[in-house]
Amino acid sequence: MNNEKLIELRSISKSYDGEQVLRSINLDIHRKEFITLLGPSGCGKTTTLRIIAGFVTPDEGDVIFDGKRINDLPPHRRNVNTVFQRYALFPHLNVYENIAFGLRLSKTPDEEIKTRVTEMLTLVNLRGFEKRDVSSLSGGQQQRVAIARALINRPEVLLLDEPLGALDLKLRKDMQVELRRMQQQTGITFIYVTHDQEEALSMSDTVVVMANGEIQQIGTPEKIYNEPENAFVADFIGESNILNGTMIKDYTVSFAGQTFTCEDAGFEPNEPVDVVVRPEDIDIVPVDKAMLTGEVTAVTFKGDYYEIIADIDNFKWMIETTDAFRAGDTIGISIDPYEIQVMKKSEFSGMFGDYSTFSDEMDHLSDPDGEASE
Amino acid sequence: MTGRTRDARPVAAAPHMVWAVLFIIAPLIFVAVYSFRGADGGFSFENFAALGDYTDAFVRSASYSLIATVICLVIGYPLAYAISLCSPRTQRVLIMMVMLPMWINFLIRTYAIMKLLEDTGFINGTLQKIFGEDFELHMINTPGAVIFGMVYDYLPYMVLPIYTVLSKIDPKLGEAAADLGCSKVQTLFRVTLPLSVSGVVSGITMVFVPSISTFYISQKLGGGQYLLIGDAIETAFASTSTYSVGAAMSLVLMVIVLISTFIMNRFDKDSSKGGVVI
Repeated sequence: MNNEKLIELRSISKSYDGEQVLRSINLDIHRKEFITLLGPSGCGKTTTLRIIAGFVTPDEGDVIFDGKRINDLPPHRRNVNTVFQRYALFPHLNVYENIAFGLRLSKTPDEEIKTRVTEMLTLVNLRGFEKRDVSSLSGGQQQRVAIARALINRPEVLLLDEPLGALDLKLRKDMQVELRRMQQQTGITFIYVTHDQEEALSMSDTVVVMANGEIQQIGTPEKIYNEPENAFVADFIGESNILNGTMIKDYTVSFAGQTFTCEDAGFEPNEPVDVVVRPEDIDIVPVDKAMLTGEVTAVTFKGDYYEIIADIDNFKWMIETTDAFRAGDTIGISIDPYEIQVMKKSEFSGMFGDYSTFSDEMDHLSDPDGEASE
Repeated sequence: MTGRTRDARPVAAAPHMVWAVLFIIAPLIFVAVYSFRGADGGFSFENFAALGDYTDAFVRSASYSLIATVICLVIGYPLAYAISLCSPRTQRVLIMMVMLPMWINFLIRTYAIMKLLEDTGFINGTLQKIFGEDFELHMINTPGAVIFGMVYDYLPYMVLPIYTVLSKIDPKLGEAAADLGCSKVQTLFRVTLPLSVSGVVSGITMVFVPSISTFYISQKLGGGQYLLIGDAIETAFASTSTYSVGAAMSLVLMVIVLISTFIMNRFDKDSSKGGVVI
C-alpha cells in the first residue's frame, strides 16, 4: 500500500424509488490497498461497490479513477473486475473457459491464454480442474474460480462483494488468509464488502464503517476497534459497553455516577458524550478497591474466558474475565484511563442500550407495543 | 426414502397409466396394425408403396413447416429477448398479449386470416383506398399465405419457451460478462444465447411438429392447391376404404417427427438432465 490515490469518490449520492441509499460519500482508495467496506445490510456498502464497478450510476457526485472522471464509462470499459456474491460463474462453460472468458474477449492468442489460465489456477490452488463442469464444484472451489476469472484480466482493482458469505466458518477463515496472500502476491487493490466485522478487521489495511448510507469512520482495523468515533462504530465492531457521560474537563470524564481519568481531550467543558469501555478491558478487583460495584446477573462460559453480565446502577455491563463467578456474586471493577474511549454524541447515541439483551431485535421481539423493524 | 412413499408411487401413476394405454398406446397399435394391412386383410407393404403418390405432399409439408419454423425463430427470439428485458409488470402484460390469440379457436383464427388476405379482404380494401381502385396485392391461395398462417398460429409456441428460459437466466451473469469486458451485443452472443439453447430447441420442436402435421390452414389459405400431409391424412380417414393408407402416412410422419426431434435434442446439452422446458 502506498499513498497514491487510485479511486476517489466525491460527494456520491444515490436514491432508489425515493429512498436515499447513499448520502454524499467521500472516499479515497489508494494503490495496493486492501480496503473493506463494512456495515449492516442496507448501509449502502454494496451500492458503493456497484458504483465503482459501473453497474450503478450515482445521482450526484463524481467517481474518479486514476485522475479521470468515469461516471459514464460502462462496466466493460473499466479496469476493475468483480467477484460476485454468489460467484455468477457461466454454467455453459467449464472451469478453463470460465477463467479464460475475459482473455477470449480481448482476442488473446491461445498459447498465452493457456499460460495465464494455468498461472491463475496455481494461484487459487485449482490445478487439474480445467475440464470440470462448474456446477460440479463445491462452494469453495466455485469461489476460487470466480477469483481466478476476475484476476486473469490483471485489473487495477478487484471488487469483492461478500465473497465468503456462502462458505462455512473454517473454510471462510482459510479463504481470508488466502485472499490476503493473493492480494499481496498480485499487488492489486482489493475493495472488499462484508458485514462480518471479524473478517474486516483481520484482512484489511483500511476499514470503512458504513451505516444509513453514510461513512461513519475510516481507519486501520486497530484504530477502528480501539478508537471508535461514535456509538454505532463501537457497537458494530466487537462488544462494547456504551454509557452516557459528561466530559467535565480535558482528561476527566464522569459516567455511571463516578468521575474517571481518561486520555481524551478537546471537548467543551461539561459536554455530554458517549463513553465506550470494552468488556475485555475491565478489571475485576476486590470491592474495597473498586471504582464501581455491582451484582453478577449472568455468567456464560466461553472456553478461554467467562462472559459476565453485571448490574451496576441498573446498567447491565458486559465483562470478560478468566476468573469464575456465579450469578448473585458482588464484584468490584476498575477501569484504567487508557481503556476509556470518549466519543462525541451522534445520531446513534442512546440507540444501543446495555446488555439486558444482546440484540436490538430481541428488544423488539419482547415489546408488544413496538413496531416490527422491517 | 421410506417404504410408504415407494409403495405409493405406482398408485399415484395409475391414472396416467390408464390414460396412456387408452389414448396413446392403443391408438398407436391401431395405426400400426392398419398401416400393414393389405386390401385382402393380410400383412402387406402395399400401403407404403401407395405413399409414392404423396411424395409431393410430404416434401411440401416438410419445407413449408421448416420455413415457418425459421421465420418463427427469427421473429420469436428477439421478441422473447425484448420481453425478458422489460420490468416484471410489463413482462406479464406482454406475455399475456403473446398468449391471447391462443384463447381463440384455431379454425376461427385461420378463417380470420383468410378474410384479411383475400383479394377483396380487409388488407386489399385498405390498400385500394390508399392507392386507388385498381390496386390489388394478391396474397390468398399462395404458398406465402399458407406459411403466414403457420407462423401466425404457432408463433406463441416459439416465444413462450424461449422467454421462460431467458427470464430464468441469473441477471448477475450479464453483469459478470460486462464486468469481464463484454459489450451488450457480446453478452447476448457469448452468454445469453448459449444459455437459452434449451428454450430454442423446445420452441423449434413445438413449432415444427404441429406445422408439419397441420391441416386446414392450407385448405383455407392455399385454396386447396397445396396439399399438405395433414390434409392428405384427414382425407384418407374420411373414407373407410382408405384407412390403411392414412395409417401408413401417419406412421411415416411420426417417424419423420421423431427423427427431427431427436436431431434437435442433440443440440441441447441440458436435456440429459431430464424435464422438458415448455
